[in-house]
Amino acid sequence: MEQNNTIEPICKEAFLPQVIQFKMEKWRLAQLCAVRVEGGYELSYSFAKDYQLRTLRVTLTDEEKVPSITQMYPCAFLQENEMAELFGVQVENIEGDYHGKLYRIARETPFKEKG
Amino acid sequence: MAKLAKSPWLLHYDASSCNGCDIEVLDCTTPRFDIERFGIINTGDPFQADILLITGGVNAQCESVVKQIYSQMPDPKVVVAVGICACTGGVFKDCYNIKGGVDTVIPVDVYVPGCAARPQSIIDGVVKALEILQQKRDAFARSQKSDKS
Amino acid sequence: MAKRSIVPFGPQHPVLPEPVHLDLVLEDEVVVDAVPSIGFVHRGLEKLVETKDFKEYVYIVERVCGICSFGHGLGYCQCLEQIMNVQVPPRAAYLRTIWMEMSRVHSHLLWLGLLADAMGFESLFMESWRLREKILDMFDATTGGRIIFSVNCIGGVLKDMDNGMLMRLSEVTQEIEQDLRPIADTFLWESTVRSRLHGLGILKKEDAILAGAVGPMLRASGVAYDARKLGYAAYNDLEFEPITSEEGDSYARCEVRIKEIFQSLSLIRQAISKIPNGPIQEPVKGNPNGEHFMRIEQPRGEAIYYVKASGGRFIDRFRLRTPTTSNIPPMVQMLKGCQLADVPLLVLTIDPCISCTER
Repeated sequence: MEQNNTIEPICKEAFLPQVIQFKMEKWRLAQLCAVRVEGGYELSYSFAKDYQLRTLRVTLTDEEKVPSITQMYPCAFLQENEMAELFGVQVENIEGDYHGKLYRIARETPFKEKG
Repeated sequence: MAKLAKSPWLLHYDASSCNGCDIEVLDCTTPRFDIERFGIINTGDPFQADILLITGGVNAQCESVVKQIYSQMPDPKVVVAVGICACTGGVFKDCYNIKGGVDTVIPVDVYVPGCAARPQSIIDGVVKALEILQQKRDAFARSQKSDKS
Repeated sequence: MAKRSIVPFGPQHPVLPEPVHLDLVLEDEVVVDAVPSIGFVHRGLEKLVETKDFKEYVYIVERVCGICSFGHGLGYCQCLEQIMNVQVPPRAAYLRTIWMEMSRVHSHLLWLGLLADAMGFESLFMESWRLREKILDMFDATTGGRIIFSVNCIGGVLKDMDNGMLMRLSEVTQEIEQDLRPIADTFLWESTVRSRLHGLGILKKEDAILAGAVGPMLRASGVAYDARKLGYAAYNDLEFEPITSEEGDSYARCEVRIKEIFQSLSLIRQAISKIPNGPIQEPVKGNPNGEHFMRIEQPRGEAIYYVKASGGRFIDRFRLRTPTTSNIPPMVQMLKGCQLADVPLLVLTIDPCISCTER
């Protein structure tokens, strides 16, 4: 089970080309996940094909922006909006940007601070 | 109108419940529990409803929806909070997006606790609500009479 | 060009038991665009891991959704067991499989009922839900709850079934199978139902993959992916094949789900015939440290659980990607070009579970 489920750290420059390659090879977007770490974020993009799951791990500082993958995978819009709204991750050029109005919660970016 | 409590119409709204209570509310209308034997019809239209069954705690976004549905219902009306989250917030009480039970937004007449509330206790709560509906109706009729005299 | 108008759909709508809102852009009667807006049920449960002990959180995760409750508990526990290297006793794995398949039967029957209700076929709705009560009774007898069971714990399960109970369960699955046949025939062969579902909301194989569809949606479009084949719990010992259909329309999705009920009933019986004796719980010591992505097959499709922990009593991050989150984009795609009158039915065919999606 484990060999089908990998987490691969990747730098920001190599990230988009890798996503394009996944799309060419007909991988399915499985999930997007943001984790708040000291002074930044850890983003995980999982892609699945048959029973394989490959997760790309991009690390960001607080100020860094991440390009949206909605150009390749339009279905990512919900989860990218969620990352932006709940964590405050700066995602660039989302197709179908809700501008922080997806969940319309009372508190701003609740996951940014602990506790 | 005098026989209101004999054929009340019921409206169900999911504020921010986990579905558990919603499914049980819907279950009450099916043959096994059959809430329709009290003359109740499950409607989707707030303008024709007498009883509002509401499940789940209230969050920032559904607050206005709950208020709107309540204001659209004609008087007299009763509200039944189904499930512990609708009563107090339950396990979701500590969440950042939960304001608390339904009674933080609209007045609640009957509280049905449970996680998830069992169909039997929901029916029990609705029957209580019918009594309250009748009392409200009588009070309403009395006030109309005294206005005339 | 025809005149464009915008019609709001939801959040309070007769066919929806749950609140979801769609802005439908119409040209005459045809939908040209649909913009979903969610958040009516958002509670922020993922955040609670920071204040609740990781063992206590099992009870929270089960309340993410009342329909998929058992599966959520299972996914979360399995994820932590993977991180903490805990081997679940075989009997517990089998019990989990049995309860998981019972959940699938109850969820699919519920969906069939709602589908019938959306078509206005009231008696079929009542029949499906009447049948579902048999499974709920068995849940009640085996776990003590009808909707929320709380039988999962990290390292196994909390309750056991004795042989009498297992025999009874096996009989009940036979009864359900018998009663289900006429209902299934009505769904699959009755001319009004067929004409309502055939050719509606076609999702091609390539589109389904690109849009990220999961579960029965994906399988109805001809992709044989079923996360149960990954072999968690006791699925490795049981014989089954993912059920697929080629058409990708609403009828195919209905067909796949009906066949899955029969498959689940057979899986329950297989598990009962093979269940070993032994303990049901492995003691767990220490705190989790590490991260893992866990995939399980929920009734609505593949769900992904992610836990990141750093050795404390509280885990750092818990993420739950539910099947409906993945199925909303293909739904939006299907809605484009359909008739306004078909919108409720199409929304229903993805089997939406909004409280899962928003957590």
